[in-house]
Amino acid sequence: MKIHEYQGKDLLRAEGVPVPLSKVAFSPADARQAAKAIIEHTGNAVVVVKAQIHAGGRGKGRFKEHPDLGGVKVVKGADAAETVAKSMLGSTLVTIQTGAEGKLVQRLLVEQGMDIAKELYLALTLDRATSRTTVMASTEGGMEIEEVAHKHPEKILRTTIDPAVGLQPYQARNLAYGLGLTGDTARKMVKFLLALAPAYDRLDCSLLEVNPLVVTKQGEVLALDAKVNFDDNALYRHPDVEQLRDASEEDAAELEAKNYDLSYISLDGAIGCMVNGAGLAMATMDIIKYFGSQPANFLDVGGGATAEKVTAAFKIITKDPQVKGILVNIFGGIMKCDTIAQGVITAVKEVGLKVPLVVRLEGTNVELGKKMLDGSGLAVTTAASLRDAASKIVELTK
Amino acid sequence: MSVLVDRTTRLLVQGITGKTGMFHAEQSLAYGTQVVAGVTPGKGGERVLTQYKGGVPVFDTVGQAVSTTGANASVIFVPPPLAADAILEAADAGVPLIVCITEGIPVSDMVKVKRALSGHPSRLIGPNCPGIITPEQCRIGIMPGYIHKPGRVAVVSRSGTLTYEAVHQLTTLGLGQTTAIGIGGDPVNGTNFVDCLELFNDDAATEGIVMIGEIGGSAEEDAAAFIKARVRKPVVGFIAGTTAPPGKRMGHAGAIISGGKGTASAKLAALRDAGVHIADTPSDIGQTMARALRA
Repeated sequence: MKIHEYQGKDLLRAEGVPVPLSKVAFSPADARQAAKAIIEHTGNAVVVVKAQIHAGGRGKGRFKEHPDLGGVKVVKGADAAETVAKSMLGSTLVTIQTGAEGKLVQRLLVEQGMDIAKELYLALTLDRATSRTTVMASTEGGMEIEEVAHKHPEKILRTTIDPAVGLQPYQARNLAYGLGLTGDTARKMVKFLLALAPAYDRLDCSLLEVNPLVVTKQGEVLALDAKVNFDDNALYRHPDVEQLRDASEEDAAELEAKNYDLSYISLDGAIGCMVNGAGLAMATMDIIKYFGSQPANFLDVGGGATAEKVTAAFKIITKDPQVKGILVNIFGGIMKCDTIAQGVITAVKEVGLKVPLVVRLEGTNVELGKKMLDGSGLAVTTAASLRDAASKIVELTK
Repeated sequence: MSVLVDRTTRLLVQGITGKTGMFHAEQSLAYGTQVVAGVTPGKGGERVLTQYKGGVPVFDTVGQAVSTTGANASVIFVPPPLAADAILEAADAGVPLIVCITEGIPVSDMVKVKRALSGHPSRLIGPNCPGIITPEQCRIGIMPGYIHKPGRVAVVSRSGTLTYEAVHQLTTLGLGQTTAIGIGGDPVNGTNFVDCLELFNDDAATEGIVMIGEIGGSAEEDAAAFIKARVRKPVVGFIAGTTAPPGKRMGHAGAIISGGKGTASAKLAALRDAGVHIADTPSDIGQTMARALRA
């Protein structure tokens, strides 16, 4: 699960991680108020207005409605903050990560201006090779870490955290000195790291990225940005985090699927798929491409799907206007093929069928399932294997 | 011959009184597996599945179950919040083989479990996996037993239903299986591809190996390096997720391309370089193995 920058900063602040003074704004009036309060507190008229969307590259991004305006704007004074907020709110920001359609901006963060001396990079995430949390740090702050890894792999420092003891002070010192920091700034960096690492653990993050992490001209060390992603499997023990979910940032079909405990991901192709098992669902997408078309979605109905779940899945697929044909691929092991057949028949009767449907069933009660489909009077094409099914649906949708 | 499990395996089921645990304990019994004990705290002293030769005794702790019944393998069907504890309880009781079926365990729990098990003699398979089966001898997990037949090919996979797909083809073609292992779809797991390849490579009855990977992580690349250096038996590979978009979790917690790492194309290239026979589609896994064994 992803959250907004301002939510991430609130969480970090509560964990004792230094972040700039900032406030969320939902309206231009909010932005004015926030800027005024910050300016009064700091005595510095410079504030930054930042568009809040679940995508990176905001600074270099541009608004569709205001081609000269980026998603991060430095302004002077509360009036200027309000003016910029008016332009940003309700407008669509296109960044390298949003795709051409961009994202609607509905929230802003108003933040104190900083005298930046250095921009660094810092992130915690799982290192799958060691099965431990790893800390990555770099002097190349503000750049995409993938780009740094590609061009200057030697500029990325790494240290692995032993889950038995957590990040140790010596590891934090190695990173701080390794980043070229000295004296009091190095000490502040160590403190920053020793607050950040336990926060990653306590909040069950899957990624905690601070890019940039800044050193100010006054020698302060602060998180100027915060990307906080959570392990979905652990959300059950963080109801407060779950409340931070912004449904408008998520795909509507994916959210609906979640209500039925279905694993669904929207894609751009023309063939809707319904499969049991994540690996087989991916392989089904792949084989559609192999035969020259593209999948419209990933959909895993899971191992213990009921006829109701199959019906729900079918409805979600048929709602997508891009779908020109549907491929159902089930290897019924524990899940019985007749259950699937019943679900498909019920769904088709309820929502109708305007596109070709190919069903491939294999496994437990396969003959019964096929018989039910054949006897249903529905325009269903059955297939003998996954290969056969994929070639048939691609042919039918040409 | 087989690896890790056979007809002498004595299985205990953690979470046996739950719906899934009970269902699959019965499936394993019906398959001929020796299911010798169940564990559910608070239900010690009960006896379940009594229609099978006196039934299966239930214990409050894994320790009691092991000392009373001599169980030497455990399968875990407890909900995600309790799974890490269940794994560590089995390890502490000295169970040599622990198979965790549970899907949805927090990553940080598995990071701690993995740390606690490092240097420990117990082997963990999973979590989030279908289990392990040696056909007509021992079924541990949730796979449909009847699609398997004793034979010549070992199977290792990160995906459940894709394993069934491969197993079904091997059975239909008359090749059969020695042992099939699902290592699970989570980013942190107990047994990896290399561990299984090593076991299969040393197993005299295994003539060929099917390896089914997917996007995310670098376990397939590690496997490719091992195959190149050590394995002289034919290996057939399939990688799921060629069409998966980056940054999206494809059902499995571990199936994600992040930062340009873990793509299907990189994995396929590594496997090809190691001399692995690549199946273009999952429908071709069996035939590709049949050809490789004839060559």
